[in-house]
Amino acid sequence: MAKGDPGAPARGRRAAPRSRKATTGDPELVQLLTPSGERIESVTGPDGTEYRVDFTDEEYRGLYRDLVLVRKLDAEATALQRQGELGLWASLLGQEAAQVGSGRALRAQDMAFPTYREHGVLYCRGIDPIMPLGLFRGVDQGGWDPNEFKFNMYTIVIGAQTLHATGYAMGVAMDGKTGTDDGEAVIAYFGDGATSQGDVNEAFVWASVFNAPLVFFCQNNQYAISEPLERQTRVPLYRRAAGFGFPGVRVDGNDVLATYAVARHALDNARQGQGPSLIEAYTYRMGAHTTSDDPTRYRIASEVEAWQAKDPIARMKVFLEREQLADADFFADVDEQARREALDLRERVLAMPNPAPVTMFDHVYPNGSPLLDEQRAQFTKYFDSFEGSAH
Amino acid sequence: MATETLTLGKALNIGLRKALENDPKVVIMGEDVGKLGGVFRITDGLQKDFGDQRVIDTPLAESGIIGTAVGLAIRGYRPICEIQFDGFVYPAYDQIVSQVAKMHYRSGGKLRIPLVIRIPFGGGIGAVEHHSESPEAYFAHTAGLKVVSCASPQDAYVMIQQAIASDDPIVFLEPKRRYWEKGPVDLDAPLSEAYPLHAARIARAGTDATLLAYGPMVRTCLDAATAAAEDGRNLEVIDLRTLSPLDLGVVYESVRRTGRAVVVHEAPSNVGLGAEIAARVTEECFYSLESPVLRVTGFDTPYPAARVEEEYLPDLDRVLDAVDRTFGW
Repeated sequence: MAKGDPGAPARGRRAAPRSRKATTGDPELVQLLTPSGERIESVTGPDGTEYRVDFTDEEYRGLYRDLVLVRKLDAEATALQRQGELGLWASLLGQEAAQVGSGRALRAQDMAFPTYREHGVLYCRGIDPIMPLGLFRGVDQGGWDPNEFKFNMYTIVIGAQTLHATGYAMGVAMDGKTGTDDGEAVIAYFGDGATSQGDVNEAFVWASVFNAPLVFFCQNNQYAISEPLERQTRVPLYRRAAGFGFPGVRVDGNDVLATYAVARHALDNARQGQGPSLIEAYTYRMGAHTTSDDPTRYRIASEVEAWQAKDPIARMKVFLEREQLADADFFADVDEQARREALDLRERVLAMPNPAPVTMFDHVYPNGSPLLDEQRAQFTKYFDSFEGSAH
Repeated sequence: MATETLTLGKALNIGLRKALENDPKVVIMGEDVGKLGGVFRITDGLQKDFGDQRVIDTPLAESGIIGTAVGLAIRGYRPICEIQFDGFVYPAYDQIVSQVAKMHYRSGGKLRIPLVIRIPFGGGIGAVEHHSESPEAYFAHTAGLKVVSCASPQDAYVMIQQAIASDDPIVFLEPKRRYWEKGPVDLDAPLSEAYPLHAARIARAGTDATLLAYGPMVRTCLDAATAAAEDGRNLEVIDLRTLSPLDLGVVYESVRRTGRAVVVHEAPSNVGLGAEIAARVTEECFYSLESPVLRVTGFDTPYPAARVEEEYLPDLDRVLDAVDRTFGW
């Protein structure tokens, strides 16, 4: 539904009904859209920052569309794994708002360093969603160009990418690309488990002392495979930032509006030269850690049901309906687009060819290696000795 | 300037200076590399002349040094990381092996990580534990890394610049006990005409047996060859220079002439570089060998207390003892 359509609201920007202070209970978090779809105009964070969003109707609908598409593509990937077409899949189910909110908060010039679960951020960066499926199908190692899309390769070693993000952000500052409204910022994604890693803590130290233009974006989905948050920390994760000397804030990670507001604010602070900050996006991993995991062994159904009631998409739909920002045709159109994109993804995954075995020797070194040349030649000779073999 | 007599450490220092001058994207990072000039003074004076954005004193965290260097490399910089001592590289091991080494491969060639990781290695300086180790096999075993070691001031000066100019990630092993040894260095010879980085070289021509060494053991083997000459044995000494990939063409040619080979390194023998070299020399030179390829190495103990390190480290007598054994076969 475009602006000016019959039934569209007269105003492009909507005033929300009321404002309030952030709750100070547990969990203390920034929220602009409650689980029941109630819109909160603005929230003051723990450091006095006022968070609000000012979206057009079209932008609200766009966020909803992102959330639905990202969930559908993720579900398709899970199905493909179950049918033997992928070796593994790390589902983002439940974390769509944290990823779309932060992903859409990035400006074109910003650089992102993901874990292996940031399919939603990848989508927001304009990367073909087939790309990570090559990695999980086992036909390549992930095929996009990190510098073209400003989105680094997936990193599977937990927390390692936070140091890469920190170094990249140091380079941004060394290039003189901070200190202005159109400066560059960097975002590092990681999870609650990663906060126990040395690399993440080293990244906190480095980003702090070098005042790197970096946002640490922790999706606290409550579990590191089977281990609950209590095994990683005794304090709320966002409060760790204080000890390293930069701001920390906890946001409702199932609220795409609040996540956007908090991430945009932190990124803009970083690009303007105000240094790093930590966002703890408080969310929940609704599915398994990966398709190889069985969460029924370590968590109870009632906990999952409680989080089901905080679903990021359902609350957005209630909001759009209640405020008459979208009609039934819009929702049907989004669902149809999701269905088509998922089908397209499936068809293209099934058509992904296995790489030629000899390609395993490619790209080990920029300048090559005589040892590898020798091994490649020996392998090729051996491989070709079999009848019917071909590269 | 032409040819000057310099210590190996000073030759490295001038080589680093040239790299900083020639490419604004080159940065040096490490612990104490700035005002102090590094604990061995290899970066002496560089921060003063190039500023603290080019020569960066880092927090005391080795994984952080390498991990942030990876990010800087993705951003387009060419970081030179100094690891203060061999035994302190292990906190960075994951970043080196899982990130630095694999990024070009994983990205299908889209990302280059042109890092140089400088590590003073080896013993013989009377240090406390963790300051005398030889970790080269760990890195040589890792696909995606290249590993080199210099043995002379001339090579130190040239090889450090070649390593920095290379787009491959390179572990650059510096023979710390040779930092103060002097030799002639041609400071004006153009890098483009220099002897290649990944190539072994005959350090002393001989006819009777081939000694294979790198880094600190090249000097030991040259001394052994001098002593052997007095006994009428003419030993060839090959400075391997590149440990990954190994350049063994010159070695095969030598062993086919001499029929005898002894590999010498400070690192323990078990699954060390010597084992790989012996295996490959045996495969390539089987019918030329008059004896098995022998190894003279450190022992398979942790690096011992300094007062007994002279017995742990290969020296002239142990090298000649091995040569004698190749003749007694």
